[in-house]
Amino acid sequence: MIFTSAFLLAILARPLHADVDCLSCHGDPTLQDSNGKKIGVSADKFHASIHGSLKCTDCHTSIHDYPHPAQQAPVQCVTCHAEETSGLAGSVHAKASEHPCLGCHGDPHQIVPKTDPSSSVYPLNIPKTCGSCHGNEAMAKKYHLPNVYSMYLDSIHGFALGKEGLLVAANCTSCHGSHKILRHTDPQSSTYRTNIPATCGSCHVGINEQYQRGIHGKAVAAGNTSAPVCTDCHTAHGIVEPTSADFRMQSTPVCGSCHRDKFSTYRDTFHSQLGLLGGYVETARCWDCHQAHEVLPTSDPRSPVAPANLVTTCGRCHAGANASFVQYQPHANARNRRLNPALYYIRLFMNLLLASVLTFFMIHTVLWLVRSRFQQVKSKSSGGDHD
Amino acid sequence: MTEPTATTAAPTPAVLPAEDAVAAVPTQKHQERWFLRFTLAQRYLHAVLFTSFLVLAATGLIMRFSGSVWAIRFAKAVDGFGTVLFFHKFCALVLTLAFLIHVREIFARGLFRHEKGIFWGPTSMVANWKDVKDLFGHMRWFLGLGPKPKFERYAYWEKFDYWAVFWGMVVIGFSGYAMWFAPFFARFLPGWALNAALVIHSEEGLLAILFIFSIHFVNTHLRPDSFPMDMVIFTGRESEEEFKKRRPDEYKRMMAEGRGAIRITDAPPKWLINFSRVVGFTALAIGVILLVLTLSAYFE
Repeated sequence: MIFTSAFLLAILARPLHADVDCLSCHGDPTLQDSNGKKIGVSADKFHASIHGSLKCTDCHTSIHDYPHPAQQAPVQCVTCHAEETSGLAGSVHAKASEHPCLGCHGDPHQIVPKTDPSSSVYPLNIPKTCGSCHGNEAMAKKYHLPNVYSMYLDSIHGFALGKEGLLVAANCTSCHGSHKILRHTDPQSSTYRTNIPATCGSCHVGINEQYQRGIHGKAVAAGNTSAPVCTDCHTAHGIVEPTSADFRMQSTPVCGSCHRDKFSTYRDTFHSQLGLLGGYVETARCWDCHQAHEVLPTSDPRSPVAPANLVTTCGRCHAGANASFVQYQPHANARNRRLNPALYYIRLFMNLLLASVLTFFMIHTVLWLVRSRFQQVKSKSSGGDHD
Repeated sequence: MTEPTATTAAPTPAVLPAEDAVAAVPTQKHQERWFLRFTLAQRYLHAVLFTSFLVLAATGLIMRFSGSVWAIRFAKAVDGFGTVLFFHKFCALVLTLAFLIHVREIFARGLFRHEKGIFWGPTSMVANWKDVKDLFGHMRWFLGLGPKPKFERYAYWEKFDYWAVFWGMVVIGFSGYAMWFAPFFARFLPGWALNAALVIHSEEGLLAILFIFSIHFVNTHLRPDSFPMDMVIFTGRESEEEFKKRRPDEYKRMMAEGRGAIRITDAPPKWLINFSRVVGFTALAIGVILLVLTLSAYFE
């Protein structure tokens, strides 16, 4: 509101007379104070900026006359931008050594509306603006942060924004907010675990609805913080296309980090053995059968792994799947006699066969080797023909 | 699988001159006599068997130990598991075909041509009482408690190799096809049989790999008497000295029956020996590498 009205004012009325006096000195953009600090202002750029309608003394309130003292009280953005400043005061950037506003918004005499493509906080420019600090290796190291900038640029959001130029693609502020950025450990933060579904869901509305209906969404809503949220599977910054080979290859262990028993039995199957090798990413992963977002227990008739739906679910890959085919157990445990007795005894038999054949022949072969060598040496030393 | 007849390699006399003719050959020159042990068809069968087995083992191990570094590297190098499985299935078809041709041959010879000794007797692959005695006799000899048994055409460990492969092909083949054509097999098999198929397939495959690449290799090729390689399966021929020494009972029987001459053949040509060495040692090397990888993956 402030921006818009100021913008209109800038076009309609230009109270130049007050600025002329200041600009007679500060109008030289190369002007520097005794400390070498730049104190010049480009009149054209200032008048074109969102603050162009303001008088110099509106912000530089400690100056009334000329000549004025060299030391000036810092400009208080809060006078107009109260909400933004108070948000910033409680945020992770509150203690920034630089001026907290100018770090992102740039030279205050040249600030343009955020809808202007030349603005440093225009959606397409935000990653670069944040990245000027968060893409800095030394800085990331200092604050023990991952170098999220490059991860973001390569992610599906970074690609959509940077390469495809989609304004709606998530940029840094879409998830973290702009002024009131809080640590993800703060329950108020938009990136706090239990707030993540709502944060992602502000764009991915349909997916969030499915997620909320699923067992994971319900668990999170009930306060179970160990249940997975969006970022557990998709990661936060390096999000890749979920149908891509990379994603399909990397994500089963994520489910497995909680569902350990199911993961280990999955690892015993053809699906996993082949899936691990890559090159054929279509092999069934957890979510191909269980759904990714609307995960429902087997007992729920809407679940794709409910007994009545198995022929359809398996049939998506296995043409000709029938009622007998779907009795295949994708999580059979051949080591568990109680759950899978037939399989247990088959494996036991095979192992005994393996062990007994190999043991017998190993002994047989070693004895034979020793005896043959002995015979050979004996024959040679006696000059006779060896056996 | 009975004794071969050297139809191409050695001329078959119309009337068997028995011992006279057999004895007459070597005295002309002081050169060794050579006997044909395996026909060309049998050697081809072995070649097809071990070539397809090596590929099946290599590709199978990659899938069985797909979590190991070497499996993933190899799969990546050949553009993923699709290629690996393609070669596995291709060689499975080749091996199945070879197996069916062999079985057909056995039954044709035994049932229709009424060839003697296919299903029973000294030249048969079927185990008999002598094999049991030979096994215990051999063990006694290992321990220095008795003389070395006099082996016939196929010694007991060779018969074991044969039947292990035979049984292995049936079991691995059947379980493999059950997985390949799972929806089809599910029409007459219960669903859990598909779970069992993988357990059986991979365990039996491991047994075959471990057995062939350690025990078969050592028993047949690497033990001091044949070191570094028994060439007879490649050249088909063995010298009289070898024949007499390795299978004294067969040699004695052949001579007593007067059938030695039909097995006499020329010495293996130089190119065949060299070719066999290259092929044989390559197979041996691949086998040993696969054995090491298997063991490393097992104890990873």
